[in-house]
Amino acid sequence: MTSIAFRRKATDRIMKALFLLSAFLVILPLFLIFFDLLWKGAKELKWSLLTDLPRPVGEPGGGIANGILGTLTVTGLAMAGGIPLAVLTGIYLAEYGKGAFASVVRFAVDLLAGVPSIILGIFGYVLWVLPMKRFSAWAGASALAMIFIPIVVRTTEEMLKTVPVSVREGALALGIERWKTTLFITVRTAAAGIITGILLAMARILGETAPLLFTALGNQFWQTGLDQPIATIPLQVFSYAISPYDDWHGKAWAGAVVLILMVLVLSTVARLLTRTRK
Amino acid sequence: MKKRFGLGLALFGIAVWFAGTNPARAAGPLTVTGAGATFPYPLYSKWFYEYSNSHPGVNFNYQSIGSGGGIRQITAGTVDFGASDAPMTDEEMAKLPGPILHIPTAIGAVAVVYHLGGVGSGLRLTPDALAEIFLGKITKWNDPKIASHNPGAKLAGSDIVLVHRSDGSGTTDIFTNYLNTVSAEWKEKVGRGKSVNWPVGLGGKGNEGVSGVVKQTPGAIGYVELAYATQNRMAMAALRNREGHFVLPSLESTSEAAAGAAKTMPADFRVSLVDAPGKDSYPVCGLTWLLVYRDQRDEAKGKALVSFLAWAMHDGQKRNAPLLYAPIPKTVVEKVDIALKQIRYKGKSLY
Amino acid sequence: MKVGANIKDFLFEKTTALFALCVLGLTLLLFALLIRESLPAIRKFGVTFVTNSTWDPVLEEFAALPFLYGTLVSSFLAILIAVPLGVGSAIFINEFAPGWLKTPISFLAELLAAIPSVIYGLWGIFVLVPILRDNFMKPVSRALGWIPLFQGPVYGPSMLAAGVLLAIMVVPFILSVSREVLATVPQVQKEAVLSLGGTHWEMIRIVIGQHCIPGIFGATILGLGRALGETMAVTMVIGNRPDIVLSLFQPGYSMAAVIANEFTEATGDLYLSALVEIGLVLFLLTIVVNLAAKWILTRMVPGRAGR
Repeated sequence: MTSIAFRRKATDRIMKALFLLSAFLVILPLFLIFFDLLWKGAKELKWSLLTDLPRPVGEPGGGIANGILGTLTVTGLAMAGGIPLAVLTGIYLAEYGKGAFASVVRFAVDLLAGVPSIILGIFGYVLWVLPMKRFSAWAGASALAMIFIPIVVRTTEEMLKTVPVSVREGALALGIERWKTTLFITVRTAAAGIITGILLAMARILGETAPLLFTALGNQFWQTGLDQPIATIPLQVFSYAISPYDDWHGKAWAGAVVLILMVLVLSTVARLLTRTRK
Repeated sequence: MKKRFGLGLALFGIAVWFAGTNPARAAGPLTVTGAGATFPYPLYSKWFYEYSNSHPGVNFNYQSIGSGGGIRQITAGTVDFGASDAPMTDEEMAKLPGPILHIPTAIGAVAVVYHLGGVGSGLRLTPDALAEIFLGKITKWNDPKIASHNPGAKLAGSDIVLVHRSDGSGTTDIFTNYLNTVSAEWKEKVGRGKSVNWPVGLGGKGNEGVSGVVKQTPGAIGYVELAYATQNRMAMAALRNREGHFVLPSLESTSEAAAGAAKTMPADFRVSLVDAPGKDSYPVCGLTWLLVYRDQRDEAKGKALVSFLAWAMHDGQKRNAPLLYAPIPKTVVEKVDIALKQIRYKGKSLY
Repeated sequence: MKVGANIKDFLFEKTTALFALCVLGLTLLLFALLIRESLPAIRKFGVTFVTNSTWDPVLEEFAALPFLYGTLVSSFLAILIAVPLGVGSAIFINEFAPGWLKTPISFLAELLAAIPSVIYGLWGIFVLVPILRDNFMKPVSRALGWIPLFQGPVYGPSMLAAGVLLAIMVVPFILSVSREVLATVPQVQKEAVLSLGGTHWEMIRIVIGQHCIPGIFGATILGLGRALGETMAVTMVIGNRPDIVLSLFQPGYSMAAVIANEFTEATGDLYLSALVEIGLVLFLLTIVVNLAAKWILTRMVPGRAGR
């Protein structure tokens, strides 16, 4: 009897230890990655990294300034197109979406959300690059927008649905027109949640590489127009990483540090937004 | 809310507009985009960097996506010029919307590189041994076919890890063209091309990728452009040329191979330099070309391109040797100058 | 006034519906373009495209099986590693972790999910692959090299490396969905087991066995869906070799990776078309997997319907 009790207790201890271990193993890579980023990127983390253009192999110095600007440009373009499309679609689904059409749209958004990002690169290439006969920021942005849209549609819909019916009914009872109620009361109540969704989606597309490989292509110089190839940090990190030059490896790590800082700042701001609301 | 939203939108619009323009100059420089071969990328990045410094009005954006990519993108017209280390085949040229010029820019050697602790450059490989390694028939570094020619070297019984290009590549074309020339079995089983169905090995993307994998992997052997091998201080094999000498890839042995070819250069410059005659010539060499349409679609870009090509054939050639690319022989440069005069916009020469 | 308001309401509804239609249109456009561009390859190869294994750009013979195999094997391997870890840590966070530890751990796991793929790839090439090669693959190959799974020379970049890296990348998703699934268990049931004198572990075993298995299965499928389409990180560590080999130590190739590597350089039209068809196959595969996950999860986790 006691031996059974002992065994039960021991099993309990062992399993608890295993659960603790698995939590530890899940978190461990994060620390390893951050450590390596700082350790290996430190040498190249200089001011010039943020202000200079890339230099050819063997020339000292150089930076990823054009990539930083390019990343912001392509992300900004994708958002400029994606936000209205996604937020209004989200409003439609949350406020009016009861019929068959809404179910079809919801299904499409679900499909879109699961599409591997590389396939959206093909989309951008076939839709823009081939007909326009050039690689461009537009093509890159349209591929990124396809990643951005489903995420924001979903969060918008979810957030609007969390707004209590009483809020809507109260406004309607006051004689406020329905569209005004939706736009200025319901949407506003859910605004922090929607913005959080937008920022998280932005953080996601900021770091995307695969859809840009054959749409934005890359550029060693400052961008000269949205209809031209454009540099982005993830593309630069990729091409530096697979290069055989040690100083370029350093640049890849340093570029990765810059990229991850941008992503972290966005995610943290997003999280703070929801927290202050609560 | 509405006001704030509107303000936000306006700021956002301004940001996008700003982002779309050049921060350094109100009217941005002309961008000419090219893509293709990774083989001459160190040279081209140097050329374009220097040229844009001395000619502030124009930027040449070159992305090294592989020779196959250069041909693909120039065919689709998505870039202003292509670059390739493999001449376009007649079949490929038939798909083009118009005639194209192959402008030779440099001559390079493909070095066979390896990662064997303790064995430096100069491992001697016969054409047979090389072909059998790449066919997967020789799998250990101490195989007698390698060891018998390298009595002094300490070759361990480690596995040979073969690294080839995963992308369509002119370097692959030059290398497989060589294997095709020296090995009947290779010719029958694999053949020549920018990308082939490799019997064994790992794929790396670009010359960069292959040298990266070879450097990271003990026991690896691969083929990369000489400049990549040298810059990365990789160990290179000495290959036996057709006159029976083991020759290391170098600027001299490449120029030796090129000298012979200059005499027989065809008018369209599409020529193979592998297994060239000459006592000291390195057997795996090739030309690399820029691909330019004879009839340009955009006058300004066409003009910039022709001026650049003229610069590249004269001033640019001085940059070749320090980066270990053999310059184009003088007699060939004269022929290229004549060819450049054919490039035109609406029938008018841009030279 | 009343009529005006109705018209405005009507217009507003229809405007939002129009935007919804645009989103639907974009999805259909994506589908249509993929099908149109892969038609030449579909016509030429038919079903053999997914049953043959030759990828020969010189002879223009294309088939997707090695890539399909690589995608599936690397993803399953990832799931095999990630599920125990993800579920285990979800249990730890929900059931055992002291209150002050819950938020930091789940915050860190969310950070892991936010790291861009290309950074995982960078870390994979320079840190993970050398570690795996020298500390795991080499000793295992020496001791157990006769087992088909570990056969052949040790390269470094391999199916195993891709699987491990993917596992690290999908664990946060499995973790967070598992936590949601665990949270659906009624507190009363847990307390019932404990009050009967059960240990914590017995409580978890009983409760999970009764309630959570299907939900965790859903989380697994969802993780699988993430892993299947992952591109950059896999491209950088899988070795890029279109071969079907049982050994996990050998290089492989995935569908996403072959598109990333060869899309811009496919010289022939058929070559390009074959790559797009690989994209189409990948697209269909992820659709099936994601829908399956959604179907399971909406049944298991009531609050999850929207996602």
